[in-house]
Amino acid sequence: MLLSVENLSVSYGKIRALQGINFNIDEGEIVSIIGANGAGKSTTLRAISRMVPVEPGTKMIYQDQDLLTYTADKVVSRLGISHVPEGRRLFGNLTVMENLQLATFARKDRDKIQADLKRVFEIFPRLDERREQKSGTLSGGEQQMLAIGRAFMSGRKIMLLDEPSMGLAPLLMLNVFEALKEINREDATTILLVEQNARLALQFARRGYVLESGNLVLEGSSNELLENPEVKKAYLGG
Amino acid sequence: MIFFLQNLVNALQWGSFYALIALGYSMVYGILMLFNFAHGDIFMVGAYIGFGVATGLLALVSTGMITAPNWMILVLTILFSMILTSFVGMIVERVGYRPLRDAPRASAAITGLMIGIILETGNLILLGARRVSFPALIQTETYNLGGVYITNKKIMIVVVSLALMLALHQFVQRTKWGMAMRAMAYDYTVVPLMGVSINTIARLTFAIGSALAAAAGILFGVAYPVLDPYMGIVFGWKAFVAAILGGRGSVLGATLAGFLLGFIEIFVAMIFPSTLRDLIAYSIILLILVFRPHGFFGEPYSARLRL
Repeated sequence: MLLSVENLSVSYGKIRALQGINFNIDEGEIVSIIGANGAGKSTTLRAISRMVPVEPGTKMIYQDQDLLTYTADKVVSRLGISHVPEGRRLFGNLTVMENLQLATFARKDRDKIQADLKRVFEIFPRLDERREQKSGTLSGGEQQMLAIGRAFMSGRKIMLLDEPSMGLAPLLMLNVFEALKEINREDATTILLVEQNARLALQFARRGYVLESGNLVLEGSSNELLENPEVKKAYLGG
Repeated sequence: MIFFLQNLVNALQWGSFYALIALGYSMVYGILMLFNFAHGDIFMVGAYIGFGVATGLLALVSTGMITAPNWMILVLTILFSMILTSFVGMIVERVGYRPLRDAPRASAAITGLMIGIILETGNLILLGARRVSFPALIQTETYNLGGVYITNKKIMIVVVSLALMLALHQFVQRTKWGMAMRAMAYDYTVVPLMGVSINTIARLTFAIGSALAAAAGILFGVAYPVLDPYMGIVFGWKAFVAAILGGRGSVLGATLAGFLLGFIEIFVAMIFPSTLRDLIAYSIILLILVFRPHGFFGEPYSARLRL
């Protein structure tokens, strides 16, 4: 098992955003967590990235390491957990190239960095064309590509993706998901995806979880979930 | 005309002090969204550390343990003092500001003022209330350029300041550390997702700002050799004004605004009685800020939400 999460609880002040959820991911998998706005999807990813403090009793084990002993930057630089945040959050004042370089800040393996960079431009040729452009001036689709490219460069063993479909036209959305599939297949990257677009997420992932008001209420293979009447009713539009 | 040029030379010198101090203010503000109100006192501490280092080096020379010409002692003094003062800045960040990273900004501002008072009174306890005089490391030589008098010290001050500003600019634009600083100024919260430690960048920012303030302190000591524990207060406030005027986190802005402040002060004093200097000079600044509240190179504050 690559990542196992037990009894993950997060509170914002008095509000319990996550009420003790359990899930796990094996190496090489694509797993999705679907749920409505405010269900706690982003919080789940932010907890794994150590961006939000967790409640006592939470256990997160990543490759036999206790995740809670790592700070947010070490989660990325030591463990190779990369996170594509909601809304992409690029550094708009930096160029495409600089955004990618910054993600390698803590890496020492120069040759591998060059190879990874080449690979990012291979997957997203559009980024190659826009190397010297300030990332703030990119289109929405290009920004999402760069956000994924950036996560790729930060030394991903597992990539956490927060709503990659947000704000993208359907065709671009498919492009982005195709690229993610390729990264999963060719570059030994495990993917944990949270999405509001349940149909897309379940078609993309092999299995999934359903998050509802801070609780995981369902889990199963994507096919099971796609056929589940409750999932159909609540998330797939009937 | 000669009168004008003479004042221009003086303004360049004053502007150098303001700009060097303003850079530290502006960087910390840009990257950490806090005003380090102790920064003026870091300038003072830098000047005193410079005094200590220079005195120590001169003592070593006089005992014959080392031989070095005075200019080399000055260079070494600037280098050592910048390094030592950068540690003071890192301690201030670690002890004073890091625990308050997520606290309301007013708490950090108050902390800054308190740290300033601690540095001032600490100095009083350490060295007593007497003023100390900065050792004269270089003899003043005056050159007459067609009626305009320029001293070797003034040239040195302006050249060293500009060199430091250029070095800072290169650092921020060309190195990965500078890149991380720019990223942090843009969006604080996602920087750790790049594998970059916010604490490291915060520490670096304070170190660089403090080192520049120390350089300003020593250059000031070379030009005006009398140091006192409160010398940093007025300089600190004026550099703060320059930092705001330049725009949040802008190296170029802080530099230009620092020099502009020097020019305005000197030229106001040229026309009006010098008792009215600050009143008129800062009224002009106020007027500029009314029309350009985010400074020369800052973005409008509403552009982005910040923690």
